[in-house]
Amino acid sequence: MDLYSKRKYLIIGLFSLTAFIITIRLFYIQVLDSSYKISAASNVLRREINYPARGVIFDRNGKLLVFNQAAYDVLITPKEMKTFDTIAFCKIVGVEKEELINEIIKAKNFSRFKPSPIIKQLSSQTFAVLQEQLFKYPGFFIQARTLRQYPSKIAAHVLGYVGEVDQKIIEGNKYYENGDYIGRSGIERAYEDELRGVKGISYKMVDVHQMVKGNFEEGRLDTAAIIGKNLVSTLNGDLQSYGERLLSGKVGSIVAIEPETGEILVLASAPTFDPGLFVGRERSRNYSKLLIDPNKPMLNRAITSSYPPGSTFKLANALIGLQDGLLQSVRYSCNGPNSSPIKCTHNHETPLGLVSAIRESCNSFFWQAFRSEINHFSNPAKGLDAFRNSLLEIGIGKKIGGDLYAETTGSVPTVSFYDKYFGSGGWNSLTIRSLSIGQGELLVTPLQLSNMVSLIANRGYYIAPHLVRSIQDYDGTQDTLKFERHNIDAGRDNYEMIVQGMEQVVEAGTARASAKIDSIIICGKTGTVQNPHGEAHSAFVAFAPKINPKIAIAVYIENGVWGARYAAPIASLIIEKYLKGKIAPSRQHFEDAMINSDLISTMKTETGD
Amino acid sequence: MLYLLLVILGWINIYAAVYSDEHQSILDMGQKYGKQLIWIIAAIVLAIMVFTVDSKFYAAFAYHIYGATILLLIAVLFLGKEVNGARAWFEFGNIALQPAELGKFATNLAIAKCISQFDFKIQKMRSYLILIAIIAVPALLIILQNDTGSALVFAVFVFVFYREGLNGMVLFWGFAAAALFILSLVLDEFKLLLFLLSISIAAYGVLRQSVKESLIGTLITSGILTLIWITNSSMNLGATPLQLLTITTLLIAVLFIGYGIIKHISEVWRIVLFFIFAIGISMSVNYFYKNVLASHQRDRIDQVLGIKVDKLGRGYNVNQSKIAIGSGGFIGKGFLKGTQTKFNFVPEQSTDFIFCTVGEEWGFVGSTVVLGLFLILLVRLVSLAERQRSQFSRVYGYGVACILFFHIAINISMTIGLAPVIGIPLPFFSYGGSSLWAFTIMLFIFLRFDATRTENIR
Repeated sequence: MDLYSKRKYLIIGLFSLTAFIITIRLFYIQVLDSSYKISAASNVLRREINYPARGVIFDRNGKLLVFNQAAYDVLITPKEMKTFDTIAFCKIVGVEKEELINEIIKAKNFSRFKPSPIIKQLSSQTFAVLQEQLFKYPGFFIQARTLRQYPSKIAAHVLGYVGEVDQKIIEGNKYYENGDYIGRSGIERAYEDELRGVKGISYKMVDVHQMVKGNFEEGRLDTAAIIGKNLVSTLNGDLQSYGERLLSGKVGSIVAIEPETGEILVLASAPTFDPGLFVGRERSRNYSKLLIDPNKPMLNRAITSSYPPGSTFKLANALIGLQDGLLQSVRYSCNGPNSSPIKCTHNHETPLGLVSAIRESCNSFFWQAFRSEINHFSNPAKGLDAFRNSLLEIGIGKKIGGDLYAETTGSVPTVSFYDKYFGSGGWNSLTIRSLSIGQGELLVTPLQLSNMVSLIANRGYYIAPHLVRSIQDYDGTQDTLKFERHNIDAGRDNYEMIVQGMEQVVEAGTARASAKIDSIIICGKTGTVQNPHGEAHSAFVAFAPKINPKIAIAVYIENGVWGARYAAPIASLIIEKYLKGKIAPSRQHFEDAMINSDLISTMKTETGD
Repeated sequence: MLYLLLVILGWINIYAAVYSDEHQSILDMGQKYGKQLIWIIAAIVLAIMVFTVDSKFYAAFAYHIYGATILLLIAVLFLGKEVNGARAWFEFGNIALQPAELGKFATNLAIAKCISQFDFKIQKMRSYLILIAIIAVPALLIILQNDTGSALVFAVFVFVFYREGLNGMVLFWGFAAAALFILSLVLDEFKLLLFLLSISIAAYGVLRQSVKESLIGTLITSGILTLIWITNSSMNLGATPLQLLTITTLLIAVLFIGYGIIKHISEVWRIVLFFIFAIGISMSVNYFYKNVLASHQRDRIDQVLGIKVDKLGRGYNVNQSKIAIGSGGFIGKGFLKGTQTKFNFVPEQSTDFIFCTVGEEWGFVGSTVVLGLFLILLVRLVSLAERQRSQFSRVYGYGVACILFFHIAINISMTIGLAPVIGIPLPFFSYGGSSLWAFTIMLFIFLRFDATRTENIR
């Protein structure tokens, strides 16, 4: 039509080119690039976690050791708040008006759209009242949380504690994420999977202000929380509590086992602490305070400290000798303090057989017994190897617990250990004679000692010592746990010989004054452990009654001077309390002496000198 | 009647977009939805009214309408209400009107009227100045309202002028300047200079139609550059690469001009002119950029060019908008299922960022369909304009097409991060009465013209 009508093509071309460029771009961001979809999901989806209640722990008699106490936090979402009757509200929750207003201002400053707590840890009574009135306070809501509670404040080491997960745990286990709690030690740790339950996850859609707008996909992806299982512990709460009292003022531990089942009745370590210290806001302060305490109260000495067993080890020595058929009828002579190479401090007949030797804790006898056990083999290395294997078999020098967290192995020296020191072939039974009386390089945990007695009490087997009997599901079903049984077949008569010796220890031997109870036959063995750093340690192992034993026990008191001084009375008191229910008046003075003795402050003054 | 269909389709789309918009927050929704429905009905009524008026009326009263609009634009500066920092609105109760929207249509009428005068020749300087004045007055008034985005729309009339005979070189230089503007922001000075040098040599080759001379030019240039470079490093003069390149450029220029004079090659002057022009532009860009533009405008440009990335601050809108559109995928999340737009992640989602709803809920398919509909509308408008007998109608038609094009292109581009954020609505989609009415009136007046296309209107 006119001169420039061709120019329409350029204009149309420009339009089309622009549309084309936009289409390419749309194709790129909508179809090719998936990052926008991910950003969109992170914009709009909020993952909410519903924490299930952690399982509670009972003692063997159904007494609560740990439970959850509900605490209630009051939260507000400032944007949803309307004016309300502050005075009435303050009256219900019991806070000052100024305090409340301060908290609300703080919450507003934090965010107008996100909830923040204004009152923490309301009791359930207050919660009940507030709950009824809550409709009057829009923007207010209540969040329940659970805190671990310890009604009797005992067994801190056994129960362990829960704490927030750290980065290492999160990286190692996909279940946990920041802010989750996990059992950090003890039963809480060993049975974490059972106790924690399964947390529920729900996906909520939120708007730009983080206000929840509804469930994502109508909640199809949500999972329900499953509450944690309850545990029935093997502990006897009363006995545990009594044990902890007897240990007061001392550094040491008590391990009592029901021999037939391997169930641990008492596992006490002193000094101890109130497990409630690890709960709540004071937690980290308490934790660091306990951490720097020179007496290391957080250390569970019963399973993590290994000591030379001293004379209590003579039982193991005897058992190995009997297994090898070396000690049944042998009689060794003893020159008392003049004995060589190990002198004997006890005054007794000579020569003497195994039963008397146990009664008198004769060093000479057990050195000679040890020599024969080692020399029974073609060379000392083979002899020690066999000796060591026998010890491992009866649960010394290895972990024996069925469900114990952080147990240590103790240590039985190996052939290569001595080869390194003395050169291969540069040593013999004489060189390593300290082993015969439980001194030297041998290290045993109190748990292992108590398990050794348990084996003798059972005359031939032990069951891995454990702390949990059964697991209760939330629907009430009980799952009784089974633990490994170890048979050490050394012949019934041989066991009876040792038992006889142990009986005489209490009847007429080294523990006659300190552990004898008229109505119960206790079989025991004292140990006085030479300690180059100070007073000797006091050790005592025992089981009772002699027939059909109900309790096997090991008590180890650091710097307790000698076995009969502290360890034996404590062990006998526990046995009496357990089997009789009360302490006979004639023995009451032992109880008082044990509870009131204070070795820790004495030690301090001594080192101060 | 195809246009009516398109408009109705557009309306259905608004309906969908606004409808889902409503479901985000219970209280606002009803209101916005209701209002938009009133706007739509009013727009239909307006369209019918526009249609009943004789086409000659618009031609006859073009200048009057223009004048009245200018008065409104002035009045709004004093009487208007400030929204988002722009004093651009008249408020009646809870209905707000934006005279700038009317300005586009009135200016279009005035331009059509002006160009269709008998004595008008676009090549004449006087006619040219009149046109520029017609555009500049409303544009400046709108800039004064602090609504730079709407003012930019007026630049689009350059295409109309081009169609009516404006020298193509003006368009070319315009594009060249725009490209240089972007390049001088994105590239540093060294790369820019190198780029211009290469362009010049290439242009020389094209103009002289000789690949050989172009190659020789390249060789000489690189030779000189290398020589100067070696001199610099061997004598340890410590000059920056930029300085070296500048010296090289100057040397080449001297040689080149000398050669041109000796050989009487006229193209030399064009190249030199272009080069000086380019350097001038790129140097003034920095000044313009730092001193003339407001900081938020600068930031928006930075965001698009990727000079600065700030997803929470200045770039928040565009980033969220891209997330919304990008998350739509190929077929979209479905009607009312968009989470990003529904939960307010995209600011201004019912107005300037309405395309996000389309992108998120209808995906690539839906977006392309909408884009396609718009393109058909534009192409159809151009071809309709071409079949007008009178120049007035044709110019007006082109004006409508170009204004719509500018809005569509810039609006959609900004939601996907191709253009800086300029607050202009998407025609027929964005919530708001003024723009809907303005586009409707503008379009239907043209349809009215088309109905009487055989008449000669001026």
